[in-house]
Amino acid sequence: MTAAPAVDTDTSIDRYLARRRKHYWLLAVTALLTCLSLLADISIGPGQYSIGEVLGAIAAPESAPRALSVIVWEIRLPVALMAIVVGMSLAGAGAEMQTILNNPLADPFTLGVSAAASFGAALAIVMGVAIFPGAEELLTTLNAFIMAMAASMLIWLVSRLRGVSVQTMVLMGIALMFFFNAMLGILQYIASAESLQQLIFWSLGSLSRASWPKVGIAALALVVTLPIFFYAGWRLTALRMGDLQARALGVNVPRLRLVILLCSSLLAATAVAFVGTVGFIGLVGPHIARMLVGEDQRIFLPMSALTGALLMSLTSIASKTLIPGVLLPIGIITALIGLPFFVSLILRSRREVWG
Amino acid sequence: MTLTVEALSVRFGSTPILRDVGGLRAQPGELTALIGPNGAGKSTLLRSIAGIERYSGQVSLDETLLDSFDIAERARHVYYLPQDSGTRAALSVFEAVLLARRTTHVSDRRHDLQRVRHTLQSLELEAYAERDLGQLSGGQRQRVAIAQAVVREPRVLMLDEPTSALDLHHQLQVLEWLVAMARERNMIVVIAIHDLSLAARFSRHMWLMGNGGRVQAVGTPREVLTEARLREVYAIHAHVDWPADEPPRVTPLSATRSLGGTSSWQNF
Repeated sequence: MTAAPAVDTDTSIDRYLARRRKHYWLLAVTALLTCLSLLADISIGPGQYSIGEVLGAIAAPESAPRALSVIVWEIRLPVALMAIVVGMSLAGAGAEMQTILNNPLADPFTLGVSAAASFGAALAIVMGVAIFPGAEELLTTLNAFIMAMAASMLIWLVSRLRGVSVQTMVLMGIALMFFFNAMLGILQYIASAESLQQLIFWSLGSLSRASWPKVGIAALALVVTLPIFFYAGWRLTALRMGDLQARALGVNVPRLRLVILLCSSLLAATAVAFVGTVGFIGLVGPHIARMLVGEDQRIFLPMSALTGALLMSLTSIASKTLIPGVLLPIGIITALIGLPFFVSLILRSRREVWG
Repeated sequence: MTLTVEALSVRFGSTPILRDVGGLRAQPGELTALIGPNGAGKSTLLRSIAGIERYSGQVSLDETLLDSFDIAERARHVYYLPQDSGTRAALSVFEAVLLARRTTHVSDRRHDLQRVRHTLQSLELEAYAERDLGQLSGGQRQRVAIAQAVVREPRVLMLDEPTSALDLHHQLQVLEWLVAMARERNMIVVIAIHDLSLAARFSRHMWLMGNGGRVQAVGTPREVLTEARLREVYAIHAHVDWPADEPPRVTPLSATRSLGGTSSWQNF
């Protein structure tokens, strides 16, 4: 009889599997927190209803008081869900932009996509110009979307030139940001007082314009792009080894970069078009995710998206509760509260991942 | 199985980098050393074989032209480890090596995990398996990159100066291990390397590239490494010793001409 082989209980495989389990736990906890935040977001508002009443109105709208049912279904639910969807979109877009451009500062904001969207919206608000005629109701949104996509196409076209590095693409994005901000400045300068106010309100970012169709469209953008990100997950992780090594591993780097840039721009453009320019979520969501679970896209992507959703949902709550009776613009909150938090995070971790 | 290169030319724009490189053979089970001075086109040659660089000419494995493979398929047969590779991506050593192994599989297969562990062990990296790449030293990162290359078990493995960041212990250890692995797995291994003594000691076959992107000599180390040829290709006076009971030694003595003309110090 031969003795059973000694079982190695603490191998690098076991430790790797334990690490993966920990990552899934973190993901589950973040998902749970996001759900709780969503519930709180729905429950909080000017009308004083208890969580139980609100939940009752969600579960059985017919049997709830009419006023409550309308408030919950027509106002609070779309707004709260929009926060989740937009947070996922911005953070997902930021995560993949950082990955394909190999740059920790890449996000819809720094690449000029948001500035382009603002300019498109301003064209609609100030001049009444429709880039895509027909849909008068969605004029602002459509204009913002088209300009944002145009900006990312421009970055991509520049990247097609021979010998253009990812650093050049990022610089191009920053140049676009300044260009569109200047164009926006011109429009603000010539705008009437009324449209100027409207424009500023738009550019500060707001969830209050959310409606079911808008939530649906924004969610559709996620449904279309997230599977593409997942499908490209291995290639995207390989890209973090550097262009040359990714190519040696069999990744068609230019094609991957194009597809992912277009998808993440689509996500960012949709989000910005519906809620205005909300900075910072696209930057900080992926950074927090990277600190928690690393950059294996199988876990990094869902973690980034969920972190973005949680942050955005918390922002939505803060916008209603910080000053009672006043609905603060979310763009201000993400910048004022989020930024110090973010700076403290990066100063504490000091993990250098951009070689 | 033989890797052959014939009539290979590469140009960047109008600048020729490799000119009619041919007559190159590499056999499985042994190490082939690619040597030559800076700018001779060693990296470009390896990248062309891997299909990363556009070229004209024929690169084939036995009778199969490698051009007939698509990018992903070619990368399975032929792996090129770039010079100075190793990033600081937020991945653990284990995750990074597993990445190279699992390719597009979403789930981890037990067999892949075991191969990763085995590779880490043989490169003395298992103790660092949970470390992040960013926490490693340059030499450790280079060994992780070598682990990523080897764990794929390609038929042709090309390493571009894989020992440039390694200390003496790990230089010898990695080269000895590559020789053993080439033999055990009957793999074609080509390494670009600057240290001629190490090249002479560990390789069975040599490709010598000279300036202008041309092949200067191919053959066994004894055939290729002659003092006359080192003077011609590297512009150095050197001693080449082949002691019977010790590893071969290439001792560079002096440069036959200094950089920038005769009186570079006076002009400095």
